[in-house]
This record gives sequence, C-alpha cells and structure tokens, in this order.
Amino acid sequence: MKARAMARRGIFGMAVLSLVVYLVFPFGWALVSSFKTNAELFSTPARFWPEHPTLEHYRHVLANDDFLHAALNSVLVASSVTLVSLAIGALAAFALGRYQFRGRSLVLYVVLSMTLFPQIAVLGALFQLVNALGLYNRLPALTLTYLVFTLPFTIWVLTGFLEAVPVEIEEAAYMDGASPLQLFTKIMLPLAAPGMVTTGLLSFIAAWNELLFALSFTQTPDKRTVTYAILSFSATTSSAFEVPWGQMMAASVLVTMPLVLLALVFQRRIIAGLTAGAVKG
Amino acid sequence: MSTTASEAEKQGEVAGIRARRRARVAWAFLSPALIVTAFVALYPLCDTLYLSLTNTRLASEEPPRFVGLSNYVELVHDGFFLDALLLTVLFAVITVMLELALGLGIALLLDARFKGRSAVRAAMLVPWAIPTAVSTQMWKWMYNDVYGVFNDVLVNRLGLVSEPIAFTADPRTSLAAAVLVDVWKTTPFVALLLLAGLQLIPRELYEAARVDGATRLQAFTQITLPLLRPALLVALVFRTLDALRVFDVFYVMFGSRPDMQTLATYAHEILVSISDVGYGSAVSTAIFLVIAVFIVIYVVLFRRREA
Repeated sequence: MKARAMARRGIFGMAVLSLVVYLVFPFGWALVSSFKTNAELFSTPARFWPEHPTLEHYRHVLANDDFLHAALNSVLVASSVTLVSLAIGALAAFALGRYQFRGRSLVLYVVLSMTLFPQIAVLGALFQLVNALGLYNRLPALTLTYLVFTLPFTIWVLTGFLEAVPVEIEEAAYMDGASPLQLFTKIMLPLAAPGMVTTGLLSFIAAWNELLFALSFTQTPDKRTVTYAILSFSATTSSAFEVPWGQMMAASVLVTMPLVLLALVFQRRIIAGLTAGAVKG
Repeated sequence: MSTTASEAEKQGEVAGIRARRRARVAWAFLSPALIVTAFVALYPLCDTLYLSLTNTRLASEEPPRFVGLSNYVELVHDGFFLDALLLTVLFAVITVMLELALGLGIALLLDARFKGRSAVRAAMLVPWAIPTAVSTQMWKWMYNDVYGVFNDVLVNRLGLVSEPIAFTADPRTSLAAAVLVDVWKTTPFVALLLLAGLQLIPRELYEAARVDGATRLQAFTQITLPLLRPALLVALVFRTLDALRVFDVFYVMFGSRPDMQTLATYAHEILVSISDVGYGSAVSTAIFLVIAVFIVIYVVLFRRREA
C-alpha cells in the first residue's frame, strides 16, 4: 500500500516536471543559445551549456539601430493603444455595467462578437483607410487599428468589474449630489482599478505581440515593431545567406523578457482576466 | 381615490423621465467606444464586403468597377486558394484536438493540490506571453537541420534517425512543425480555462461518488466531463476561431512558400504584396464564411446532444 502511494507520487512528480520542462524549454534554449559563442552555436554535436559564455550577441543587438527603433516603437504603440482603450473602454463599461437601457444587450452582443473577430477580415478596408488618412508607415496607424482587438476585450472585462459594485455605493453618491461623471471618476474608477490593471496588461501584451497589421501598415525599418523587426533580422545583419542565430536569440530574449516578467509578477491577475474574458462568453 | 391615481401617474411619469435621462447619460458614456468601433471595425467590415465585389487595386489609374460575384467565381477556381483552405482547416482540426486533449490533461494535473503548484501555473504563462513571431523563430532554431537541438538529440544522442531532418523545409514534416509551435503556445490558455472550470466543481460530488463506490474513471466521465462541458465548449470555440485565422506561425516559418499558405497569409499576400484589394477582400470574406460554417456546425452539433 505504501509502495503504491509512493509510486503514484513519483509518477505525479514526473508528470509535473515534464510539464514544466515542456513549457519553458524553448525559451530556456533560446536563453542558453544567446550566451554561446558562434563556435559553440554551430558545432555538432551540440553543447547544452555554454562553456565560454559571451555577451557578444547582446552587444551586437544593442548596437543595431533598427532593433532599438523597433523596441521603442513597440513601447510607444503598445502603451498608447492600452491607454486609449482603457480610457474609452472604462467609459463604455460604466454605461454597460451601471445603466439599464434599451439596446444595452445589443451593444454587449456586438462587443462580445468583436472579441472573436478575425483581424484579417478587415485588413483590406483598413489598408485603404490607413492610406486615405495618410497614416501609412506611421505609428498612429497601428495605435488606431490595434483598437480592433484591445477595445472589445477591455469593455467586456471592465463591464464585469463595474457590474459587481454594490448598488448602495451608487445610491449614496447620488444622495450626496454627485453627477454621473463624478460618480464615474471619483467612485467607479478607483473601484475598477484592479480590473484596469488586468485589462491594461492584457492589451499591452496583445499589442506587443501583434504582427499582421504591423507588417501591412508599416514599411521602413525605423517604423517597425519588434515582431516585424525580428523577421528582418536575417536579411539586414551579417551575410545574406547565414542566419545570425546568436543575435536572433539574443534579440528574442530581449523582446520577450519584459513580457515574461510582467506575466510572472502579475500571474494571478492575468489568469483571472484571461479566464474571465472566456468563461463568461 | 382620483388624487392617488393621478399621483401614481405622476410618479410613473417622473420614473419614465428619469429612465430616459439615464438612458441618455448611458449613451453619452458609450459614444466614444461606439464611434471607434464603427470606425475601425463595423465600417471596415462592410467596406471589405463591398470591395470584394469590385476590381479595386491600390495605386491603379483606372477607377474601380463593380464586378459582382466574379471575384468569388475566381476563388472557386483558384488552386492556391483551395490549397490554403484545405491546409487551414486541417491545421485547425489537428491543433484544436491536440490542444483540448493536452489542455484537459494539464488542467486535471494542476487541479490537485501540491507544493509548487503556483510556480507551475506561472510557468504556464511563459509560452503564452511570448510573441508568436518570436517563439516561431525560437522553434526554427530548435528545428534547424544542422545545428538544431532536435536533430542533435535524434541523431547524435539517441541515434533514432541516421540523417538529420529538415523539419521546416521537408513537405512531410512542415505542417507538424507548425502544429507543434501552435500547440505549445496556446495549450496553456486552454488548460487555464479548463482549470478555472474544474475549480467550480464542488468537491463534495467526488466525495459522494467515492462513498457510492464509483471508480476514478466513473467519477471522471459522470461528474467531471459533464460539468466541465461549458468550459470545454468555450475553449473549443475560441481555439477553432483562432486557428482558422492563423497567420504568424506560417508567415514566419514558411514565408511565401506556395504549399504552406493559410487563408490569412494568402489574403495578406494578395492585399499587401500584390495590392489587389478587390480579390484580397474576397479571400478575407471567405475566411469569415469558413468561420461562420464552423460556428453553425458547432451550434447544430451541441444543440442536438442537449435535446
């Protein structure tokens, strides 16, 4: 009996361990590779651990203007789209979460169906819109179009948050003579702050990870985002024939690290937001 | 009597005015979101539909003409489009099945209480947080035919194969290579979703089942699966819709290789590289239709079973 229990625990432990290895290995391998010298990277059989760890690849990447531009562009685009969708989304969520009115369920329905919206379905028209507005190859084109996927999600999650606020709080505020706008800014916004952090993180990450629109609406190296820049790495650096894998992995680690750290620090919030967005649907 | 009646009427009127005023306030708060939504989603959606019925080309001298359904007639005879359609559907079916099965297994594993569970849950976010474009590059490095770690293990350490495999170049392994990246990236999301569903199931049910002498398998099929059904359906729908519009993995891994185009990469190619907005919009609309077909299939399938 005891042996069986131990065997069961052993199998369970193995399963958990292999799960963790499966989850982190690709990132771990990129991390290890980024510290290897070229000689170690391109040797067979492969070496699992760098014998002479080097920062050479990181030095190359950080001296690459295109890469630095891309990192800055991604920060600008992801934070601007997050701020805009939080501002607009919180206003909308206040209306949807605290007011009963005709058409409310229709609006909620549209918001929900938009969270499942395939970006590619509007690519043609957005391409024309971006050109017509003179935004082609400019960062505001991305801030504007990324709202397609950040805004519905933000509204959906924040509405859930604001719905949960007890009605007594609202009544007390009105008794004190607060206007709807004061109720929103002074009472609801602070109460929705945890939800804003969650949705803000999720929309920042979604914007940081986007590729299709970045590829379609920008062109020159100084306007690319990191996901776009990482593709052109092979073409612009070193020889055209050989992919600079060491630099590629160093760049990959650099653009991924902030997100992985954010995800780990805010894991509870992110998991709650991810599953709230879905379970309710 | 009459005074109270008119008072009630008055009160009703006041309530009506108040309700209308509240509705106006609500629409005012909603308006920025509605304007943005109309501008970047609803209008472009209708415009794409309209453009698909024209021969619009970017930077063309001729003004666009209305051409009816001729773009769609062309689609049906377009071998590249049909190949992309087949590949996309195949990819969606395989990845969604794998992700649900694997995700359910992981969720069951993490539903048990053990030391370090929150650390494992945190590790689940690593694949999810990495941009797909970047993780595809990481996998390409592992897939590398000469220096990749997979070939190193298969050829040098285990000796399972004699020649290194060019995973991403060989047509026989290309689809599997893309599937693995997608499964790695999105299974955590499925698992977290199902885990949230599992944690809603009252533990007493399992206790009662054990008292009644049910086996673990019975408890799983009689309690866990039926109660997890809503979460499973949400995961199924989310993952299917996502897989049908797959772009990043294929674009980064295969570029413009003709035999590895999905509907989304094909639409992008025609819209952006060739600037044929009319035909490209028809491809975009076709993706929408394919997704609609899947939704109808799911609705029919799961309604029936419920009845």
